[in-house]
Amino acid sequence: MPKQAVISGNMAAAYAAKYARVDVIAAYPITPQTTAIEYLSQWVASGELDAEFVPAESEHSAMTICIAASASGARTFTATASQGLALMHEMLYIASGLRTPVVMMIGNRSLSSPLSIWNDHQDSMAERDAGWIQMYAENVQETFDMGLMCYRVGEDSRVMLPAMFCIDGFFLTHTYQNVVLPDQEQVDEFLPPYSPKYRLDPSNPIAMGTVGDPRWYMEFAKQKVEAMEAARGVVEEAHRDFEKIFGRRYDPFIERFHCNDADYIFITMGSVSGTFRHVVRELRKEGASVGLVRIRTFRPFPYEELREAISGAKVVGIVDRSISFGAMKSCGPLFLEVRAALYEQEKKPKTVNLILGIGGRDTTPSMVRECFKKLESVDERREFDVFWIGLRE
Amino acid sequence: MSIKLSELPAEDYFLPGHRACAGCGAAIAIRLILKVAGPNTIVASATGCIEVISSLYPENAWGVPWIHTAFENAAATASGVEAAYKVLRRKGKISHDKVNFLAIAGDGGTADIGIQALSGMAERGHNVKYICYDNEAYMNTGIQRSSSTPYGAWTTTSPPGKAIPIGKREVKKDVARIMVAHGIPYVATASIGYPLDLMRKVKTALEIEGPAYIHVHTPCPTGWRFESNKTIEVARLAVQTGMWVLYEVKQGRLRITYKLSKLKPVEEYLRTQGRFSHLTDDDIAKIQEDVRKRFEEFVEGYRQLGVSVEA
Repeated sequence: MPKQAVISGNMAAAYAAKYARVDVIAAYPITPQTTAIEYLSQWVASGELDAEFVPAESEHSAMTICIAASASGARTFTATASQGLALMHEMLYIASGLRTPVVMMIGNRSLSSPLSIWNDHQDSMAERDAGWIQMYAENVQETFDMGLMCYRVGEDSRVMLPAMFCIDGFFLTHTYQNVVLPDQEQVDEFLPPYSPKYRLDPSNPIAMGTVGDPRWYMEFAKQKVEAMEAARGVVEEAHRDFEKIFGRRYDPFIERFHCNDADYIFITMGSVSGTFRHVVRELRKEGASVGLVRIRTFRPFPYEELREAISGAKVVGIVDRSISFGAMKSCGPLFLEVRAALYEQEKKPKTVNLILGIGGRDTTPSMVRECFKKLESVDERREFDVFWIGLRE
Repeated sequence: MSIKLSELPAEDYFLPGHRACAGCGAAIAIRLILKVAGPNTIVASATGCIEVISSLYPENAWGVPWIHTAFENAAATASGVEAAYKVLRRKGKISHDKVNFLAIAGDGGTADIGIQALSGMAERGHNVKYICYDNEAYMNTGIQRSSSTPYGAWTTTSPPGKAIPIGKREVKKDVARIMVAHGIPYVATASIGYPLDLMRKVKTALEIEGPAYIHVHTPCPTGWRFESNKTIEVARLAVQTGMWVLYEVKQGRLRITYKLSKLKPVEEYLRTQGRFSHLTDDDIAKIQEDVRKRFEEFVEGYRQLGVSVEA
């Protein structure tokens, strides 16, 4: 029988790896990811989980070990955050280039300097072009579910790409919520054993990670693109199967809340979505025409779903928890992507960029109300604005 | 344990057709090493000469499974393969009883950028045999100094000039000694000038459970500036002059595997190579003195690391 448990986001991520029957875990501790790998090492030590736990001497090696283990036919898991993810950067492109479906939990955290252990999305957004599937969870249940989803999508023979599920540092990594943990048999049904077509095997020698000179490099890159594009259909298929087996339904790419008739729509990702949903509900009661879109799958980017959801709105407020320094008005990367998605549309809403919660600053309901005022005050003739919400005077 | 020429398999697993320079010492080393390791072997290569010359898609020179990920992480790559095989074997998902896991990296990929991953692999005790082919500079990028470049050598980033006439001012980093300090079961130095000694050491390393480190001196005609038919001669002179000492530390016991009663003058080695052509007689005298001192204190130095010495 599925059982109820009150667990943290980190534990949910660890449970996802455990229920996936992970073979090799390689990790290096970093706040706020640490307890996730502590749980896994405890389960391996107690014999509750039959896996190799490799305590790597750096995140760079942790990712390397996962890639090499995956290339050998093992299901792998790692978790990191912030500087650790930045240190892995080189290996992230290699993971997707070698088509090794490593799964990684990110406990989203700011990048130094100044040093901050607190939450924003700068770390994972900096890796958005690395060829990884990227999903962002809002709560602890979704953290667990996304962990399983990452294995299912990444390991699909039509995809074979690494996948990261991102959960907000402390807001999710350290928050305890009531979740349903499934039966192992349900997970086994959802997630077949990992059996890649090619692996390092002396009975059938292959070379992985060769030099690709200008005669070939582009074709390798294009194959990666095709895999990422194929992932769109696989993400949908996996969510349909997920609902059938576990009875929980998610919109694969974007969650819509009061969007159909809304003049004003917020677009969010991650745990801040709950605060926005709360305020949208209040504003609705007050008669405001407002809705919310929460992006769950960021890579591949759901541009078609977004167009469909927001084209009818007057103004869309895109919430960024990270910054693309030097982009148009140094806006956030999510803003850029949404604007690009709207470019082909004949009828398109005005857009506003709302940068908030940088370096762990709290986002309160009153700040969300302030965001709504910004949306309401958009002038039809004015160019877009980038507002920093919650900044010191 | 010894190894006889007649026992060596005719088969090669580092295959002809690769793109190494004529007379490449590293290619000789890898061919010999894989002959000993045989077909039940998986190789993890660091970025560098051996990787680039052997793996230009769609061709490759490897007769065994081979993986390259990046420059600084051959040890971590091999660690990952080894960990996967361990657990997959335990879970009954693969049936191979004995697979050799080799990590292969140059001196830059070992002594400089890869030393952290190497240290991690050794400390965690992975059953990986790490081979450093030491051509004493970044040869793949065009002869830049590494921490394994010897004192006084010209490279493109340690050029002798008016202000710095010596070339490389620093002494060669002793990675084998660093690995001995890790307390792993087997550490050896080797040279392509002494192939049977090299191959015996590879065999020994493969037979011992746990991490092993073999540091192979592999002269590079292109970077050291000597004729490509002199590679073996230069390699032997390095040993015979005491510039490169052949030894092994097996389970904490040191054995010098090529004993010299008398050292040849270092000048005989240095003068074979254009990279030392700027050295003055005084410079050579200093190098000679350093070699003599190191040779005399060699055994005592290892005693200080807690290693016992075989007669």
